[in-house]
Amino acid sequence: MGGSHRTGPRRRGPRGSSPHPSGERVLVLPGEEIPSQGLKPGPGTYRVGGRVYASVLGLLSARPPFVQVIPLSGRYIPKPNDVVIGTVTDVQGTFWLLDIGAPRWAPLHMTGTPWKVDVGETEQYLRVGESVVVRVENLDPTGRIGVTMLGEGLGKLEGGSIVHVSPARVPRVVGRGGSMIQTITRQTGAQVAVGQNGRVWVNGDPEAIHRVREALRMISEDGQRSGLTERVESYLRSTASSDEAGEDHPPAGESAHRDAPEGSFASSPPPDDRDDSDEPRTDENN
Amino acid sequence: MGSVGAKDVPVLLSPEGIRIDGRRVNELRPIKITAGALKHADGSAFVQWGLNKVMAAVYGPREVHPRHLQQNTKAVIQCKYNMAAFSVDERKRPGLDRRSQEISKVVAEAFESVVFAEEFPRTSIDVYIEVLQANAGTRCAGLVAASVALADAGIPMADLLPAVAVGKAGGAIIVDLNKEEDNFGEADLPMALVPQSGRLVLLQMEGHMTREELATALDLGVQGCRGIYEIMQQALRDRYSVAPVPEVTA
Repeated sequence: MGGSHRTGPRRRGPRGSSPHPSGERVLVLPGEEIPSQGLKPGPGTYRVGGRVYASVLGLLSARPPFVQVIPLSGRYIPKPNDVVIGTVTDVQGTFWLLDIGAPRWAPLHMTGTPWKVDVGETEQYLRVGESVVVRVENLDPTGRIGVTMLGEGLGKLEGGSIVHVSPARVPRVVGRGGSMIQTITRQTGAQVAVGQNGRVWVNGDPEAIHRVREALRMISEDGQRSGLTERVESYLRSTASSDEAGEDHPPAGESAHRDAPEGSFASSPPPDDRDDSDEPRTDENN
Repeated sequence: MGSVGAKDVPVLLSPEGIRIDGRRVNELRPIKITAGALKHADGSAFVQWGLNKVMAAVYGPREVHPRHLQQNTKAVIQCKYNMAAFSVDERKRPGLDRRSQEISKVVAEAFESVVFAEEFPRTSIDVYIEVLQANAGTRCAGLVAASVALADAGIPMADLLPAVAVGKAGGAIIVDLNKEEDNFGEADLPMALVPQSGRLVLLQMEGHMTREELATALDLGVQGCRGIYEIMQQALRDRYSVAPVPEVTA
């Protein structure tokens, strides 16, 4: 297999560096021994005797003083301050249960919303099947996930549809500095919101939604190291209908609903463990 | 001619040591594993192993159903092994039977000893094994498929779990019994190995063997498992080596 070598300077990103001398990203599997080189076993690893092994399928990464494995698959594992998109699965008297793609459902308490909800009136605000943008507030050791809808850019999503991508691919969907998501919104005119949990909300005319879906599929299936944004852009250009061909879309402006206003997710602080991705964001006006 | 009974038993081992399907005693059937065969499961694998065809799907960790099975300190591992009605010559009556319940139980217990379930308290990891075509050794094929599916689902665990049946047929200790050897042979001994530690996490036996034969069989089984382990690893590498590499340069 032709080794793909990085072309640009390595960013000392928070993910740390590959411990492999070639700089190649090393795929490891559960049970595989990891050269720990004096580093402590971090996430995705375990130690038996003096040896360190991978516990999940993923990419090997050194982040002194730890060696860790970044998972390439699996459910969304919540982290505080992640902005995520959830779908209501159950309505109780004082809270809703949201499916955010995590191991457990996340309760959204009525006090965590901008609405003045009376006890027992929760269903008048959110029903089963509706979707919201929320922020992960706290996690406890038993796996309970507390979320809030209070904050800039958080709220109920009206209309549109939700596309799932792997949480491991979210950094690529967003792109460096939001470049990918900007390309998609500019080329399609759709409104797009990406949650750290891999749920992507898309709104616009059916044609635009379809093209965004296809673009997301391309990103999900792409295995190459670079040039993805260009390839997605050329795909979107090639599928643009004639009256809009070659022309960038005007901002999705006033017709857009304002529940998830522009730059909505940008208020969340940069997640500390993501690659080069920016925080999720909506990009209506590019 | 007609000595009743004897005519029905095929010759399982030739004088030259060749088995009924042409294999030698320590030879596995051809195995092909496809990781990530299903779209909607969190992890999946399809295993073709000789004439066996087995699909495994893993969901979770996710909310536990039914609720009362939930455990406060770790994930529960629920396994369902099922044989399709069309998986064998005579139509198999669909649904749960004692055999499938037993296999579901021993497979779930095998995974309990390698999966790091404490990382996901109050959740369930659901493993589904569907046998589409059966030709002996389906619990091992199912376990192998489920193990690859668990890795594909990103579930943390000590190791993959290769499994194989060893046994005795035609007087010889053999690995990876096929249907004839299973039906007409003298003993069947399915086992699952944790390669990292060398521990066995599944070991059952049917039939008769001497102590010495058992020791030989276990050695042969461990060897077989190591071979299967490599195929499992390769299946996962094939799926992920081209896939997700986070973009570092814009």
